[in-house]
Amino acid sequence: MADAAVQHGMTDVYEPSLFGTYSKKIGMWLFLLSDSLTFGALLFAYSYGRISNPNWPTPFGKASITNATIMTGCLLSSSLTMVLAVLASKRHDKRWTVNWILATMFFGTAFILLHGKEWLGLIGEGLTLPMFPATAHEGNGILSKATQLVPQFPATFFTLTGMHMLHVTIGVIYLGAVALKKKILPILLVCWALIFFLTSSNNVFHYGVHVLLVAAVVVGMILFLHPKEYDAHDVEVAGLYWHFVDLVWMFIFPLVYLMSTRV
Amino acid sequence: MHDITAGHLSAAGHEESKTPYFWVWGALLVLTGVEVILAYKQVFTPLHMLEVLMALSVVKSALIIGYFMHLKFEISTMKWILMVALVACLCLMFTFFADAFRITYLGVR
Repeated sequence: MADAAVQHGMTDVYEPSLFGTYSKKIGMWLFLLSDSLTFGALLFAYSYGRISNPNWPTPFGKASITNATIMTGCLLSSSLTMVLAVLASKRHDKRWTVNWILATMFFGTAFILLHGKEWLGLIGEGLTLPMFPATAHEGNGILSKATQLVPQFPATFFTLTGMHMLHVTIGVIYLGAVALKKKILPILLVCWALIFFLTSSNNVFHYGVHVLLVAAVVVGMILFLHPKEYDAHDVEVAGLYWHFVDLVWMFIFPLVYLMSTRV
Repeated sequence: MHDITAGHLSAAGHEESKTPYFWVWGALLVLTGVEVILAYKQVFTPLHMLEVLMALSVVKSALIIGYFMHLKFEISTMKWILMVALVACLCLMFTFFADAFRITYLGVR
């Protein structure tokens, strides 16, 4: 049980924390608690649609399931490398902390790319939303009928997986800011420019990539207005966020993909 | 005495072993493999499949929260307050399923 007083760098001494740990970590746990309710609501909305609709599509064939399984492997491996980064930061081993965080970012980026490929494949087959740019095969794809018959499926699928993809993207950027600090900014801007200028305007990620631009502005403001040396606590708190996105996927993968296999 | 400022980061001054994390990672990969095989072979009826997959997901999430997120090593106050609040809030959402089943069996009026 925590019975020591917390020093806040001030002359006064405060009561010990109820949770026996530092406030940054408690703050992150509280955020994750609220975020899990957001994902909980989305998962329950998907399940509600699925239960109440006997014509729920099953669009995920062998290629989709293989892709999603590799994505799951990437996230699980990224969680392991994140733990190794936290352990390295506890040893004050800066080099290996950065190396393991970079490995985590690599797996996270692989997940995003594989998920992007999955989305584009499904959109190409006719699974789309009215807000998405029109594609050449819209209305002719094998999933077009499912989109028209059960519009709740693309609505809940893209909201749920899109929200998760956004969280993974934010996680990769967050880890990048902790490991690389200001060096992450040109990387973000180059990635944004490459994706924006190399994708056509009917690609859903052509406009979605602006998330990177917004992130570059926010991260830039934080890094320039509040520059600091990130310590083991910061790495551990970033790790908590990263493990959370892995945790959420452990429910999305079976509920969305495995329960809708097309054998 | 628990040094809050250092937390468990350098508790007792010895290095934490990496081995349990590799075991947890391996277990998570194996459980994922089991889920994929069960779903692809369609071993159970959809309702039973959902129950089995969700049970496996709960086990996987417990491993992630307990080991990777280190909650297992936090004090009991933190563990109980966080988990009871989370589970209670999520369980409240189950009330909506009654309505979903109503639509399935009675149709939309």
